[in-house]
Amino acid sequence: MSDLLDDPMPGQNSPEFTVSEISGAVKKTIEGAFGRIRVRGEVGRVFKARSGHLYYDVKDDRNVLSCTTWKGQVAGLSVVPEEGLEVVVTGRLTAFGAQSKYNMNVDEVAVAGQGALMALLEKRKKQLAAEGLFEPARKKPLPYLPEIIGVVTSPSGAVIRDILHRLRDRFPRKVLIWPVAVQGEACAREVARAIDGFNRLTPGGALPRPDLLIVARGGGSIEDLWGFNEEIVARAAAASAIPLISAVGHETDTTLIDFVSDKRAPTPTAAAELAVPVRHELLAWVDQQGARLSRAVSHGLTQRGQRLRDLARALPRAETLLDTPRQRLDRAGDLLPRALSRGIDSRRLDLQRKAGPLRPQLLRVMIDRRRDALNAQQKRLVTAAPTREIQRRKDRLADLEKRLKEAHLRRIDQRRDKLIALDRLRETLGYQATLERGYAVVWGDGKLVTTTKAAQSASELEIQFADGRMSPDGKPAQQKKPKSKPPEQGSLF
Amino acid sequence: MSETPVAEMNFEDAMRELERVVGALDRGDVALDESIKLYERGAELKARCEALLKDAEEKVAAITLDGDGTPTGTTPVEGM
Repeated sequence: MSDLLDDPMPGQNSPEFTVSEISGAVKKTIEGAFGRIRVRGEVGRVFKARSGHLYYDVKDDRNVLSCTTWKGQVAGLSVVPEEGLEVVVTGRLTAFGAQSKYNMNVDEVAVAGQGALMALLEKRKKQLAAEGLFEPARKKPLPYLPEIIGVVTSPSGAVIRDILHRLRDRFPRKVLIWPVAVQGEACAREVARAIDGFNRLTPGGALPRPDLLIVARGGGSIEDLWGFNEEIVARAAAASAIPLISAVGHETDTTLIDFVSDKRAPTPTAAAELAVPVRHELLAWVDQQGARLSRAVSHGLTQRGQRLRDLARALPRAETLLDTPRQRLDRAGDLLPRALSRGIDSRRLDLQRKAGPLRPQLLRVMIDRRRDALNAQQKRLVTAAPTREIQRRKDRLADLEKRLKEAHLRRIDQRRDKLIALDRLRETLGYQATLERGYAVVWGDGKLVTTTKAAQSASELEIQFADGRMSPDGKPAQQKKPKSKPPEQGSLF
Repeated sequence: MSETPVAEMNFEDAMRELERVVGALDRGDVALDESIKLYERGAELKARCEALLKDAEEKVAAITLDGDGTPTGTTPVEGM
């Protein structure tokens, strides 16, 4: 009854939950209703927590789904989610009551669609190429004839059989198979581990280290081959110290490992062909070399023998070589004594001719002649002494002196004569001579009077005659004028 | 190169050396006593090559791994 009374309004009789109750119910409902599902979308924000758990979003153009991969599950992912990658995630939906959120626990991530895979592959290729892992200089040469070949592949299936068959055909070798999963999420990890593991073996150990590796897988879809596009596989192959041949998929499939391997084989069979040479061909080659060896040696001997015979034939006989010289010797031998006596004769004749004029008398005459010449020279030498020259100069000096004196005297005489002549001329031309002829000279006061006027003005007149002066009154003049007669000039000498 | 003992050569080296020896003899420009020496060496190399070629035994084994993927030994593989 009271139950009915307690129901004030219709619909208010629904049960009441606590938050935890409803959270638990929701969680149970979500988990139960969907079970294990696959969701396709683009990876959004990715966050890897310090704990190792991975949190990320998968979204489409309208909604977002929170995804979680626990630390223990991350290693099992074949593709680690990257932002922008189109994926299909597999897992279970669950709810997180503490935040009133639901999310998906993902234990598998696959790249959705070939386009997305190719885009991812391109991105990885670019990254590894940038690191230089594809450089041709990194590629190691394959051994010509490996002793042990390590094969990383599935232990069952056509691939290993193809490889073993082809090896057997060409050159049976020791083969170590490292079994791996060649597809699925374990593939990349196992392959990388196998490559690394082979490199860790010691040469000649209980598990001997191979000297060539083949990583092989048969054909398949891009998703099947995806493990060989994983970075860990490519890095393990690049790090391998043992030369490595990759043979993954068919000829048209190129995976990331093909870029870093030392040699890429289009098929597993081709890998076996690259790995070993053909034994019977080598045996034939060795036989052939042996034959060439023998032939070369015997040919060399034959050739030398032939050449020796040829040379021997061309060699002239010793006798013929000597014929001509011997003849010359004979002739010279014949001529020798005659030539000797003739030579002596001709020389003797020559001696006689030259010794004929050669007598002591001749020499003596010559000596005498030379002595005479010497004496003569000596005499000339005495007379030609310098005293003679001095004397000669002295004489010449005296002579010159005398001539000088004479010339001087002569010159004085000449002058005297000339002076006398001039005086005579002077006397002739002078007025005194005219006095002799009857002329007289009138002087007035000591001066010559030539005019009457002068005569009148003079206080005293004198007349000069040839024999002297007198005044006009007949008194003899007081003064005699001796100046008209120049004094006789005596000889200078 | 002629210093390596022939018995220690691998196939490739022995092969290359044999090729060289035969080539030298073929050219015929070596002295007679040298050619005898070359011939002897060539014969030795040929024998080494043949021995290495005869030593062609197939032996196939698969590596056994423990739970961690660490190799523990081998197991013969037959019938493939």
